[in-house]
Amino acid sequence: MSAAITAESSAAGETRAGLALALPALMLFTGIVVIPLVMTVMLSFHDWGQYKGIEPVFILKNWREIVDDPYYAEMFWRTFRVAAFATLITAVFGVPEAYILNRMGRPWKGLFLLLILGPLLISVVARTLGWALLFGGNNGLANKLLMSSGLIASPVRFMFTETGMVIALAHAMMPFMVLAVWTALQRLDPQIENAAVSLGAGALTVVRRIILPQIMPGVLSGAVIVFSLSASAFATPAIIGGRRLKVAATLAYDEFLNTLNWPLGAAVAVLLLVALVLIVVGSNTLIERRYAEAFR
Amino acid sequence: MSFLELERVGKSFGPTTAVEEFNLAVAKGEFISFLGPSGCGKTTTLQMIAGFLDPSHGAIRLEGKDLLKITPAKRGLGIVFQSYALFPHMTAAENVAFGLEMRKVSRAECAKRVCAALALVGLAGYEDRHPRRMSGGQQQRVALARALVIRPSVLLLDEPLSNLDARLREDMQIELRQIQRNLGTTTILVTHDQIEAMSLSDRIVVMSKGKIEQIGTPQEVYERPASAFVAQFLGKTNEFAATVDCAAQAAKLVAGGWSAPAPAGVAGAVTVSVRPERISFGDNGLSGRITSRIFQGNQWLFQCDTECGPAIVIRQNDGRPQPEQGAAVHLTWQASDMSLRAAGGTA
Repeated sequence: MSAAITAESSAAGETRAGLALALPALMLFTGIVVIPLVMTVMLSFHDWGQYKGIEPVFILKNWREIVDDPYYAEMFWRTFRVAAFATLITAVFGVPEAYILNRMGRPWKGLFLLLILGPLLISVVARTLGWALLFGGNNGLANKLLMSSGLIASPVRFMFTETGMVIALAHAMMPFMVLAVWTALQRLDPQIENAAVSLGAGALTVVRRIILPQIMPGVLSGAVIVFSLSASAFATPAIIGGRRLKVAATLAYDEFLNTLNWPLGAAVAVLLLVALVLIVVGSNTLIERRYAEAFR
Repeated sequence: MSFLELERVGKSFGPTTAVEEFNLAVAKGEFISFLGPSGCGKTTTLQMIAGFLDPSHGAIRLEGKDLLKITPAKRGLGIVFQSYALFPHMTAAENVAFGLEMRKVSRAECAKRVCAALALVGLAGYEDRHPRRMSGGQQQRVALARALVIRPSVLLLDEPLSNLDARLREDMQIELRQIQRNLGTTTILVTHDQIEAMSLSDRIVVMSKGKIEQIGTPQEVYERPASAFVAQFLGKTNEFAATVDCAAQAAKLVAGGWSAPAPAGVAGAVTVSVRPERISFGDNGLSGRITSRIFQGNQWLFQCDTECGPAIVIRQNDGRPQPEQGAAVHLTWQASDMSLRAAGGTA
């Protein structure tokens, strides 16, 4: 009996100690994430005027403007379209890349992993400026190369277009996709391909029927990461898209810093956040439900 | 002509030789084990038969056809892997059906054969389970069914039972033997477990450091080991230094207080090896003292210090009183129970 009481009180003590240990992190989280977020949400309901500045009242003006003005719908549509294409490209190139990387031998594997992850060590701004140089107008290196190889007849516009934005974003996000797929590949039984081959499967069948289904959760989680990072990316769209071709992140930035209409910028930012959270949580739930049986 | 033939097969990885001069002829329906410690080349040999590795030299023939010219996918061998390598995203039935799908077997026939294969390994009713939700033993059975359903010409088993616990392993051994006997599938088992090799196989290929040490029936390799390695790897054995005494009219083999008429053709210093279960306690013989006595249920295990060095003795627990720890004893055995080889030599 007394032992039970001691155990119980020690369990309670443990809970208390656990709470105490979690407190610093909890305070930090509250201070730098929750409070600014709540303030941003509140800000989006405030009024703003050219001459009166921000007025702390509760109105739906900003939200109504976003819903009514097709300009914002176009902006959000473009944001998600660019992110979706960037995700598609990272998946199409990243999955084979990870597969090849996983099959490489000793010295090469490390080297190529470094090459793939290396860009993460360089600022996104520097990488995107690099793309801007490659794209460069009609005489950019990318156009020269494509034209001399006969792939295109006339120069393609990359700068200030969605095409350029998608290419630069896909490049910036590639490491995340490769890493996610590579992690999934490493969980595969090393004999699984041999097993399929011994049962009479050809190379293509092995990839299609055995490998792909097993790494699909990895591809999908990589896609979720790439999509949410692309949709909320700022530097790449700002440099490639400029001030003409805006996405949600650059729009919020301009509202805050150029127009000084903080409440409207806050509304755009909150809407982007909510949409992304819904997409990420929704697709995660779908992935988990789809693969619950086989990968629990 | 033998069914499966390996002729002077060798494999080297760079400067290291994994397998050399591997010669083996397997008859149809035979159960062969490759037995040896890890790194002895047994799995490498199996992988060469399966086609996952190409031999550096030598030939492998199946029913007279050169197997090396056929891709692994077309060899039609059934393989059970150590890790089972089941497809985790498919149910048990889908796993088993995979090989049949690759062979374009009709849907109805496929369903029938999958059912029969799962029933054969005692998994009827588990068709819709995913591997992750099955026990190790059940996964093993699915892997076996998947390999057998394609009616392989040869069944290759790569340490299939090593991930199971002892009880389950014994059950699976009996079952595996029965299934193999009933189907008559030529089978090659790779294992490092000598008991498994002995209880399952028709013949055992004992390997060490890439070379074949001995090929023979379980009794042959156990009773008449061809080398010190085989004697020590298969079961426990005692080795005593002995001399052949030619002074008397009839040559005598002498190890301490134990002696026997020497067989013809041996002289000088020899090594005598005797299995612990063949030694009994007598009134005269090799004298020693029991240093420890361990009760193992069906048998007693004695460790003795003798005049010729340490020895182990195993006696059946037949209800008779056994010597106590510390007791002075004499070890004795029949001349036919020992094997001799020149001291320092390997055979």
